Amino acid sequence: MNIPAISMFLVFVLATLGITYWAAKRTKTAKDFYTAGGGITGFQNGLAIAGDYMSAASFLGISGLVYLKGFDGLIYSIGFLVGWPIILFLIAEQLRNLGKYTFADVASYRLRQAPIRTLAAFGSIATVLLYLIAQMVGSGKLIQVLFGLPYEFAVVLVGVMIIVLVAFGGMLATTWVQIIKAILLLSGASFLAVMIMAKMGYSFETLFQSAVDIKTDVIMSPGRLVSDPISAISLGIALMFGTAGLPHILMRFFTVSNAKEARKSVFYATGFIGYFYILTFIIGFGAIVLVSQNPEYLDIAKGTLLGGNNMAAIHLSHAVGGNMFLGFISAVAFATILAVVSGLTLAGASAISHDLYANVYAKGKGNELTEMKVSKYSTIGLGILAILLGIAFENQNIAFMVGLAFAIAASANFPILFLSMYWKKLTTRGAVIGGTLGLSTAILLVILGPIVWGQIIHGDENAAIFPYKYPALFSVTIAFLGIWFFSITDKSDVAKKEIEAFEDQYVRSQTGIGAD
Amino acid sequence: MNQEIYKKVRNNPKYIELVKKRSGFAWKLSFLVLLVYYMFIMVIAFSPSTLGQTIGNGVTTIGMPIGLMIIFLCFILTGIYTRRANNEFDKLTNEIKEDIRFET
Repeated sequence: MNIPAISMFLVFVLATLGITYWAAKRTKTAKDFYTAGGGITGFQNGLAIAGDYMSAASFLGISGLVYLKGFDGLIYSIGFLVGWPIILFLIAEQLRNLGKYTFADVASYRLRQAPIRTLAAFGSIATVLLYLIAQMVGSGKLIQVLFGLPYEFAVVLVGVMIIVLVAFGGMLATTWVQIIKAILLLSGASFLAVMIMAKMGYSFETLFQSAVDIKTDVIMSPGRLVSDPISAISLGIALMFGTAGLPHILMRFFTVSNAKEARKSVFYATGFIGYFYILTFIIGFGAIVLVSQNPEYLDIAKGTLLGGNNMAAIHLSHAVGGNMFLGFISAVAFATILAVVSGLTLAGASAISHDLYANVYAKGKGNELTEMKVSKYSTIGLGILAILLGIAFENQNIAFMVGLAFAIAASANFPILFLSMYWKKLTTRGAVIGGTLGLSTAILLVILGPIVWGQIIHGDENAAIFPYKYPALFSVTIAFLGIWFFSITDKSDVAKKEIEAFEDQYVRSQTGIGAD
Repeated sequence: MNQEIYKKVRNNPKYIELVKKRSGFAWKLSFLVLLVYYMFIMVIAFSPSTLGQTIGNGVTTIGMPIGLMIIFLCFILTGIYTRRANNEFDKLTNEIKEDIRFET
């Protein structure tokens, strides 16, 4: 029983409920619910984006990866970061100028509402659910290890908190939980990194030398994690374009008032996220030096750290700051889970209420009150689904799920969104067929790939029908080719009108004229 | 009504200037990021030992500062774009908006 950990955990739970209560009183309209009223500043949104993006998986996962493989962890960090400049240069302000609540608003701006929104909602919900399962299972295990609570109890707790937070507090509560979490996570990780560097006499050479003494110099150069050129490029595409197709991230751009604030959001977010990845790198190496030799933290039988190698940062916090700091970092990890899961749930609920209900089912003629109700019921439904899936997947290998979520985001959401903004000749037929091809190729190749077909079904990676872990190179190419081919061969009258509407849309995307 | 406005904007030389400048700038920067990132990925894929060379007599490899520099580059480029867009491009955009107000 770690008393500081439990008390800080309780403080955070109470603070979250307080924020939800405060935000609930200010969440009256659909605009409040989806975008926090649209009045978040660029700096606040930058922090919230960082809070939304830096998941427990990246804090614990990447520091764990650096702990295990050294340099290879940096390859992932960089991949997760390079999407951001591209989002700024090509997507952020156009998205803000064209959309209202979801990225499907933009994709369907000049195309037919029903088919495009249905596909975009499907892509969003698929991405959200996969990401959600990964986060729920991770959170259950983490809370189990940190606080000694049973796995099911932990998953139900997270699920219920999310339902309350999102259903009542909407985007406003979600945003503030993400902002607070980002600040806590960045300060906690900074403290860890400074403590490590202090022990190393503030010299990277000393840090690396001490790590090499323990693990030999393989950790200092690219290893076998990314083994062949196809995998390397495919992983790069998935990380880069996947980021630009994550619905919960794209949604954050509608919370600021204009293009200027949208740009500032990305600038700050890139700074925070980049800084955070540098910290995880130091933390991973610090764990090699300070944790890997200490029997207190080792599971000798399994040859890993206690609770798995992803616990590197957690054990390190104990090694440098004792029980008190371990408690703090544990509470931060819980905050991290809550912030990311609430962002995901909100994005999923918006796809159901705003895209599927309000624009496909009610054809834009439904009233706002009903839409709000649908969004709240969707939140409750998604929360319950997250709990059930979290319990169902407890002992499954879920490592492929975040990868699959990125692959779907890169292969379905991103190509449609990107081409709808920049390619005049895009038509509904092209977007629907190409997007569906991209989505199904991504799912199919993951199922036939080394992790699902190989490890999970046959217990051997080499049994896979499709040899690569990351399908993005193939599925993204197929999506773009499909969209291109089925657009240029579309000679219908509707297609002609859609092409004609591009010029006006482009003016709005470039200037914001007509956007609210 | 909106279509009228959009038509006017399209014929405004300032709009043409805005689109030309911004697109050129945005695509150049994107290309730079893609180039740097995929060069990094290609070196990892085809010649991992290149990044594994040590600096001087120590254990630090050149992959480390290169990786760090890519992270800094991302941050600096977003800063450069944001600065120019929030000043120069937004000024042009506001002038275009003023122009339509006078014309309509």
